[in-house]
Amino acid sequence: MPSPVDNAQKKAGLLSSLQALPNDSTKKTIIVALLLCLICSIVVASAAVLLKPLQIANKKTDKKRNILAVTGLAYDGKSIDELFEQFEIKVVNLETGDYAENIDPAIYDQRKAAKDPVQSTKLPSDQDIAGIIRRANLATVYLLKEGNNIKQIVLPVHGYGLWSTLYGFLALESDANTIHGLKFYEHAETPGLGGEVDNPRWRSQWLGKKSYDDNGEVRIKVIRGHVVPELSGSEYQVDGLSGATLTSQGVSNLLNYWLGEDGFGPYLNKIRSEG
Amino acid sequence: MTSVAKSNVLDPLIDNNPITLQVLGVCSALAVTTSLTAALIMSIALTSVTACSNFFISTIRNHIPSSIRIIVQMTIIASLVIVVDQILKAYAYEVSKQLSVFVGLIITNCIVLGRAEAYAMKNPPLLSFLDGLGNGLGYSLVLIIVAIIRELAGSGKLMGYQILPTVNDGGWYLPNGLMLLPPSAFFVIGLLIWAVRSWKKEQLEAPDYQIHQVHRTEVM
Repeated sequence: MPSPVDNAQKKAGLLSSLQALPNDSTKKTIIVALLLCLICSIVVASAAVLLKPLQIANKKTDKKRNILAVTGLAYDGKSIDELFEQFEIKVVNLETGDYAENIDPAIYDQRKAAKDPVQSTKLPSDQDIAGIIRRANLATVYLLKEGNNIKQIVLPVHGYGLWSTLYGFLALESDANTIHGLKFYEHAETPGLGGEVDNPRWRSQWLGKKSYDDNGEVRIKVIRGHVVPELSGSEYQVDGLSGATLTSQGVSNLLNYWLGEDGFGPYLNKIRSEG
Repeated sequence: MTSVAKSNVLDPLIDNNPITLQVLGVCSALAVTTSLTAALIMSIALTSVTACSNFFISTIRNHIPSSIRIIVQMTIIASLVIVVDQILKAYAYEVSKQLSVFVGLIITNCIVLGRAEAYAMKNPPLLSFLDGLGNGLGYSLVLIIVAIIRELAGSGKLMGYQILPTVNDGGWYLPNGLMLLPPSAFFVIGLLIWAVRSWKKEQLEAPDYQIHQVHRTEVM
């Protein structure tokens, strides 16, 4: 039982009484552990909370920058946000190919939805050529518009390469067939080998390639070695990355998946038929 | 006092380098040295964590119960690493994406805990801070050398700028793909240790065990 005198002493010099305790006493061990945890958690929590707005802004800007890069828009001294005004953001129901008008595109997060059992579908293994396991039911698309006409359609795509899931954007021309560009914004492929998906020289090949043949079959493919322009079918082919067979294969697979019937196929069909 | 402070900072650079002499912290040296930018940011992150953790641990060293001292050290180190990681994500987003998980893994870097346990627990805060700084810089020095070799040989670039025009971009240099894979860092660090020890003979270790040469007369 602590006497009133003890309590008064405690209040007078909590710190000094703590210092007087032998280091290895149970009491001191517990007090030190608790105090340390308290201080450290305050430091960690405040760093996380204070820096959160900046981090979210960084992520958003990074995404916008990648969308702009895939469409090849010139900056001309404009800021990223100004340029991004030209885009109309829509949410598409992948199964029907219609716009989901009741969803706010500014809030919808496709990557989060792909993990949520309610908002996504588990893919059977024969369908899952891109190795993504679950696919969100709704997808965000970015339409680059000039007046009322669509100039480019930017589709989010992802799929498994060698080490990692590659996340990127595919830009199609207004015919919903000709490719304007492909850019990955997140991957962990081997730098210098699979990581060459970021190489501007390799990326420049995608411009003008066709996704579908006349029968509406997805034909686009990353081949092994170099494309011979004289051979038929070269408009559907892109050079493989040397030393990165599996990453090249992964890029082929993910494009085939996302352009196919289970991906944006129905949506792109609608765009084409509407002209 | 000043000479101690000076040697605390300068000794770990070459004479007592945490990587080449103590062979600590090698795992992260393999992972982040494919590009010089990543290596530089990693160096700054590790140096600040080592210096600050040494400082804080040394400040409370007389009140750390010995039964939980490692946990106390780890808690302080882990908190600092999380703060560094958050700062990188906020102010150096591109690089933090490149370093991904390796910033978090500073927590498990043997150099940080090693300095806390070996030095900060027994010495005053300022000296401990300098000791952490010196060891961080020693680690940085090796990291930067390895990164320069690997990035230049592996992709013909330094800090992302093309130095040797590669065949892929129409130049003459055929990049050495091995240099971009983790095993090459083993070779580079191994050669570096060899070079340092041939220069500074006192760093050579005596062999732990000598195989006894059996003469045939002993067998018979």
